[in-house]
Amino acid sequence: MADLKSNFIGIESPNPFWLASAPPTDKAYNVNRAFEAGWGGVVWKTLGEDPHIVNVNGPRYGSVHSADRRVIGINNIELITDRPLQINLDEIRQVKKDWPDRAVLVSLMVPCEEKNWKGILKQVEDTGADGVELNFGCPHGMSERGMGAAVGQVPDYIEMVTRWCKETTSMPVIVKLTPNITDIRYPARAALAGGADAVSLINTVSSIVSVNLDSMSPEPSIDGKGSHGGYCGPAVKPIALNMVAQIARDKETAGLPVSGIGGVTTWRDAAEFITLGAGNVQVCTAAMTYGFRVIDEMSSGLSRWMDEKGYRSINDFVGLATPNVTDWQYLNLNYVTKAKIDQDKCIKCGRCHVVCEDTSHQAITQQKDGVRYFEVIDKECVGCNLCVCVCPVDNCITMEKMAGGTDPRTQQKITDDYGNWTTHPNNPMADRSAPAADHS
Amino acid sequence: MLQKSSAQCGLDTDLHPPLTPHEAAVESDRCYFCYDAPCTTACPTDIDVPLFIRQIQTDNPSGAAMTILDENILGGMCARVCPTETLCEQACVRQEAENNPVKIGALQRFATDTLQSAKDHPYTRAAESGKQIAVVGAGPAGLACAHRLSMYGHAVTLFDANSKPGGLNEYGIAAYKATDNFAQREVEFVLDIGGIELRQGQALGRDFQLDALAEQFDAVFLGVGLADVNDPGIGTQPLAGVVNAVDFIAELRQAADYSKLDPGKRVVVIGGGMTAIDAAVQSRMLGASDVTLVYRRGAAHMNASQYEQELAQTQGVLIKHFMQPVGFGGDDRGNLSSVEFEHTTLDENNRLIATGERTSLDADRVLIAIGQNMEVQSLSAVSLDMQHNRIVVDSERRTSHPKIFAGGDCVAGGEDLTVTAVQDGKMAAEAIHRQLG
Repeated sequence: MADLKSNFIGIESPNPFWLASAPPTDKAYNVNRAFEAGWGGVVWKTLGEDPHIVNVNGPRYGSVHSADRRVIGINNIELITDRPLQINLDEIRQVKKDWPDRAVLVSLMVPCEEKNWKGILKQVEDTGADGVELNFGCPHGMSERGMGAAVGQVPDYIEMVTRWCKETTSMPVIVKLTPNITDIRYPARAALAGGADAVSLINTVSSIVSVNLDSMSPEPSIDGKGSHGGYCGPAVKPIALNMVAQIARDKETAGLPVSGIGGVTTWRDAAEFITLGAGNVQVCTAAMTYGFRVIDEMSSGLSRWMDEKGYRSINDFVGLATPNVTDWQYLNLNYVTKAKIDQDKCIKCGRCHVVCEDTSHQAITQQKDGVRYFEVIDKECVGCNLCVCVCPVDNCITMEKMAGGTDPRTQQKITDDYGNWTTHPNNPMADRSAPAADHS
Repeated sequence: MLQKSSAQCGLDTDLHPPLTPHEAAVESDRCYFCYDAPCTTACPTDIDVPLFIRQIQTDNPSGAAMTILDENILGGMCARVCPTETLCEQACVRQEAENNPVKIGALQRFATDTLQSAKDHPYTRAAESGKQIAVVGAGPAGLACAHRLSMYGHAVTLFDANSKPGGLNEYGIAAYKATDNFAQREVEFVLDIGGIELRQGQALGRDFQLDALAEQFDAVFLGVGLADVNDPGIGTQPLAGVVNAVDFIAELRQAADYSKLDPGKRVVVIGGGMTAIDAAVQSRMLGASDVTLVYRRGAAHMNASQYEQELAQTQGVLIKHFMQPVGFGGDDRGNLSSVEFEHTTLDENNRLIATGERTSLDADRVLIAIGQNMEVQSLSAVSLDMQHNRIVVDSERRTSHPKIFAGGDCVAGGEDLTVTAVQDGKMAAEAIHRQLG
């Protein structure tokens, strides 16, 4: 049996699944239920200074659904905790006492002044919490007051606040990053420079989920008005994976522990984050959609997959996919694939044909001998994979690597040699003196 | 098989209950929006099925209805009575993929019901053309023809022999396929376009003649259907209890109170088409204790789809194959008491032959549903080319007379389906419009 035990920057938990700082971790009641269900840890919903903030009294969440109302994404305009600081601190102390084997971290957000950060850290330390997470991520509400994403969008501030915190506390400090920035590596580097033990990402993506076409109000609508909310759930996972990978392969931040967040819904999502360099994952929307019991699927799925692959611990596969994330310029241009349609599986919907015909390379037939017949024309196929993407039948269309011979489209001989853009004859910047290297 | 829901079966209960908006959203999401979609190819009226389903999926059911009605103005009835399992849904790629096609018929009903629940008629007429066209028969073919002609601005006089318009939609299909007086509501919807004068109780050959019609009008469309019933050819004395299935269904459809109808106790239905199934199932629903449907060939040869056959069986109808009627037995008061059959088989050339073996089924009622035929004498005023007692038409539905067009069950080579009748009427209207243009 695979061991799901996690040790993330010295914080131990029975599994790598933490609940992210969010509504599910707002109170002891919820957190106790989460731990009973089996969650490895929680990041307590962000504490702020008294007087505590208030939330809107209208809807806080908006959603994007599939036809069957499966939640694809949720956005929210809920702020940090709206309870007095002392109540939260007391509950945190009790929960940590009751659940000594679980990770209990505390998310924090106070004004960007040294005394404010240092003041609250002392109070948190006193609860026995395992660590803190600096909320530089929330894009809505608090950012208007110079906190949350407003800090996370200025690397200098990130470094400054992180340094204050590290100077003040012996607790591990995780810096939570906002994706609402052009290049995630800059805030990550700043967190590292400030001494962060880890970064966690992504926080929510600034968003408007929909517009009510009768009232002309964005949703969720508060008395006819909407605001910019934070988007999360399965829809944001690709954005999060990308940013985790960017940090993992950046020369400066490589090795900086990452807690992966963003649309983790299943064990597979978690495994993907971890293979791209995350040391653990944090979950919110899946729990908010289905309840805490999803942890059972996540734990058992991850454990089974690890057994199948022979990974005994989480660390065995952290970052295994990271080296395979590369710059476009290093992709092997001599790798030639052609789509292949399995005629036994084809149900003849014709989608591959029409998308190729209308929007790509006219490389899929429509008819043969007067009947519907969809077949790839190798002479035209550029191997783009669009047909695979749109085919409704799993594994019906596959991309097959050409091994030897000549590409009928380009008349170029297929070679096993690696060749990339850096040395390509069409590249005016090519360095023709050096053989193509697969990474720089 | 029997995938369409039929749990709640009853004469006044929808055989297929309408979809709720959420069910429609989920079902429409199953459509793959196929290219050159096989469902559309399979539809006799060429409805752009993927488009209308996508319109439902995007919360535009009225737009979906227009996509349907543009091609098939009786899309509401066709959604209810089309044998989708042998047409669009059989062609659905999900049938091939997983034996579970998109419920196209149910979605079509969802769209057309939505649009028709709004009172306004969605089509407007072109400016009056000054042309007068006679349409004979207010069944599916005639209604479709009349509507399309009216759209083009032509003035239509719609003759119908019955007291209510609608043809077989009103008189000839099972009650549970068109509940809530849908046939009449749909006729009203069609006529709401205006420009169509309905003359009821007017029978061709009796109240007016075809030659006069062809002279008075710029064009004539015949959608007269099949008013005669085939005779099983068993020369016996008339017995009480020997009933034509179409008469039984018509009586049932017009009955104000089903409890006043006597379906018989032991019913034998002879035939293998939709009428036979409709008659058998409705006999059971009216309370007949034993209903046996007898067909002279096998299950695969029946005109009724496999779905319809299974529907009958789940309603308690016993289906017997390879038997043909040879005589009726009666009691001394002139009531039917039994039906005599001889067993049949297929020879090596697939021809039906009698085996010589005989079976007698006790029965107090026999419903004969071995097909209908044209009342050819109604056309006698004009000599039209005929084939097997059906009117011969070309691809434009033009008869051998240049001003007379025809469609629906009365033309040769038809499929006896509502949907093909609608297509005939539409095609004929287009041809008439071109001709008069």
